[in-house]
Amino acid sequence: MIAADALSVLLPLFGHFLMLSLLAIGGAIAVAPDMHRVLVGQMGLIDDAQFASSIAIAQAAPGPNVLFVAVLGYQAAGLPGALTTLIAMMLPSTTLALAAGRWGHARSDLIGVQAFKAGMAPVVIALLAATGWILVAETPGRLHIALTVAAAIAVWLTRIHLLALIAAGAVVGALGWV
Amino acid sequence: MSAAPPSSPAPSDPPATLSRPTSARDVFVTFMLLALQGFGGVLAVAQRVLCEDKRWLSRDQFVELLAIGQVLPGPNVVNLAVLAGDRFFGWRGAVAALGGMILLPLAIVLALTALYLQFADVPAVAGALRGMAAVSAGLILGTAIKLAASLRASPLGPRLCALLGGATFALVAWLRLPLLWVIATAGSVSVLLAWRALRHARARSEGAP
Repeated sequence: MIAADALSVLLPLFGHFLMLSLLAIGGAIAVAPDMHRVLVGQMGLIDDAQFASSIAIAQAAPGPNVLFVAVLGYQAAGLPGALTTLIAMMLPSTTLALAAGRWGHARSDLIGVQAFKAGMAPVVIALLAATGWILVAETPGRLHIALTVAAAIAVWLTRIHLLALIAAGAVVGALGWV
Repeated sequence: MSAAPPSSPAPSDPPATLSRPTSARDVFVTFMLLALQGFGGVLAVAQRVLCEDKRWLSRDQFVELLAIGQVLPGPNVVNLAVLAGDRFFGWRGAVAALGGMILLPLAIVLALTALYLQFADVPAVAGALRGMAAVSAGLILGTAIKLAASLRASPLGPRLCALLGGATFALVAWLRLPLLWVIATAGSVSVLLAWRALRHARARSEGAP
């Protein structure tokens, strides 16, 4: 890859993920719709299947789910892409967490702090739901949707290990049912 | 009298016999080991290891750090790790916790991705990933449903929560608006409404005999 070409991809990625980092209230997955908008739609670096598989691979692997950001970067632009997206995704948010954690420690009684927590809660949860929705909607197929619904119900109502659910999805998929 | 809020910590809390990590290296290794056990999310493992196995944090402290991590942007469990590490060894502890949480899992997940890309043409592998993707969409939806139950205690009340959540969902899932725009509109409206509700609640509780 020519360096200038690489930079012309990596720099916009870096900038966009820096911004998403500060918007990712509720976790990196909450801003997945925006990553989809940019990586699949705007920049055309990966397709829908690659986007969905990135999240699946990160779920299947050990470690925090934020690593799906590195997988997205890897599929878009190799190892430099992975480091670009992951570092940009974590640098602003962890810096802010450190600063705000120290600052807010003694100020949890402030009405502004409580209003922020209470007000953002329904928005954050809706963002999570929208993320799941977009992942389902991008991959058509009745059995595919049935599998998603079954997994959602299992997470909601049972204590089945999440890895067991992922493994079941892998088996069902490998057999060619979805 | 009976409606008085429980403003002081419950006296039934067991006395804390907490321990401390011996060094930043201890923090690094502990967070690495717990991250490696966390398939499909690390939070449950983190609670088990930090509160029960290592006894570095009481449950109250864990919930407090998690609340900060959830309110702020960024991955919750990574924020929690950074805040916990910071409490023990300042920024060195924060870096140790972050590095432990990320480095080895990153190498593993990238190796898995490279493997996947080599075998992506094999129908069974592509199918397996499709199935896993369907399930992980379900995991996210299921988690959202579970978390929605926590809104019952919201000062906004269930109706406003449903309205604000529904509006947010529609803006993102159907209209596909950029997130910044959604947070600037739905988010700020929601925070303002919550601020008003909290102020009314305070005025009522102060005005009550």
